[in-house]
Amino acid sequence: MRKNINPKTLWILFKSMFALSSCTFGGGFVIVSLMNKKFVEELKWLDEDEMLDITAITQSSPGPLPVNASVIIGYRMSGIIGSMVAVLGTILPPMMIISVISVFYTQFRENPYISIALQVMRAGVAAVILDVTWDLAKNVWNSRSVFHIFLMAVAFIATCFCGVGAMYIILICLAIGIADAIYDVIVTKGALTNDTSD
Amino acid sequence: MTLLIKLFFAFMQVGLFSVGGGYAAIPLIQEQIVNIHGLMQMEEFSDLITIAEMTPGPISINSSTFVGTRLAGIGGALLCTLGCIIPSFIICLTLAYFYYKYRSFSGVQKVLAALRPAVVALIGSAGISILVLALFNANPDSVDLYAFKPVEFILFFICLFLLRKYKEKMSAVKIIFGSGIVGTMAYLTINLF
Repeated sequence: MRKNINPKTLWILFKSMFALSSCTFGGGFVIVSLMNKKFVEELKWLDEDEMLDITAITQSSPGPLPVNASVIIGYRMSGIIGSMVAVLGTILPPMMIISVISVFYTQFRENPYISIALQVMRAGVAAVILDVTWDLAKNVWNSRSVFHIFLMAVAFIATCFCGVGAMYIILICLAIGIADAIYDVIVTKGALTNDTSD
Repeated sequence: MTLLIKLFFAFMQVGLFSVGGGYAAIPLIQEQIVNIHGLMQMEEFSDLITIAEMTPGPISINSSTFVGTRLAGIGGALLCTLGCIIPSFIICLTLAYFYYKYRSFSGVQKVLAALRPAVVALIGSAGISILVLALFNANPDSVDLYAFKPVEFILFFICLFLLRKYKEKMSAVKIIFGSGIVGTMAYLTINLF
């Protein structure tokens, strides 16, 4: 892993996190798809698989998902200093906005323009997430692995239609992955012992 | 001073025990702030949740800033937020270290390969929920078809079209704020007639 603690990388890291954090309405997976668009598609700092791994890790750790993802991406780019810079970029916008709003919050809550803008922005957010999902799902599809396509379909139906929590999906797939890895070890060991007995 | 220390540790617990996204943090914050320490009334707390959801950023960061500012000014806000992110910071740094150290092992690769399709499904499902929220202003399990919003529907397709067609040029920030501006103007124009 190549780490560069140069001011330019740190500045881009901070700037990107700050911009993404300013427009993440809705749960943690929103920021993950925005990060995917930024760090994988635009900056090409991470590859797609890496971003998905990071998402799985952030989802299974405690704490706010965007902060968790910033810690890992920051660490990946510039070590612990990178983590700190990325987290700062992530928490500054909500802190500034909330500090202002906590003073004027009745006016804010009752302003009709603000509520319209917040409602219509969701259409844009949905488009960004589904655009990212489209590419990610296409890659899983192109892997031609029936097992993985099946996992994706079942996980989608379970979360979207049956309301199963994200945490459970990750844990179940983790168990399936571990079982798959252990099965692999047993099969290769079996093949080795067969070879020696021949 | 004791209030600040209390707040710091209260939010550290929120950060440590809120596993699985923003909404998991709400009951924890309620327990710490309303039930255990009695720092806020339930009414003010529900306002806090409304605001935390209306504004960008993670709910727990929004809440810690709000509670901190209300109870102890800017210093309180900083301390609460710090308390909230310290557990994340330590745990995720450790996990990131191990991930980058061992991810090329074939066993670890197998496990990660099974997790990736699940993550794609989770992201997709989050997208669907937000889309339903945008089009019907309701959660997927309580959709009222009469509440359908055509402006958001058109806006969604324009955004998706732009994203697919001009992949590199369209950043998420542009699309989201663009849809906010265009959509608000559309509603204002409709209201004029």
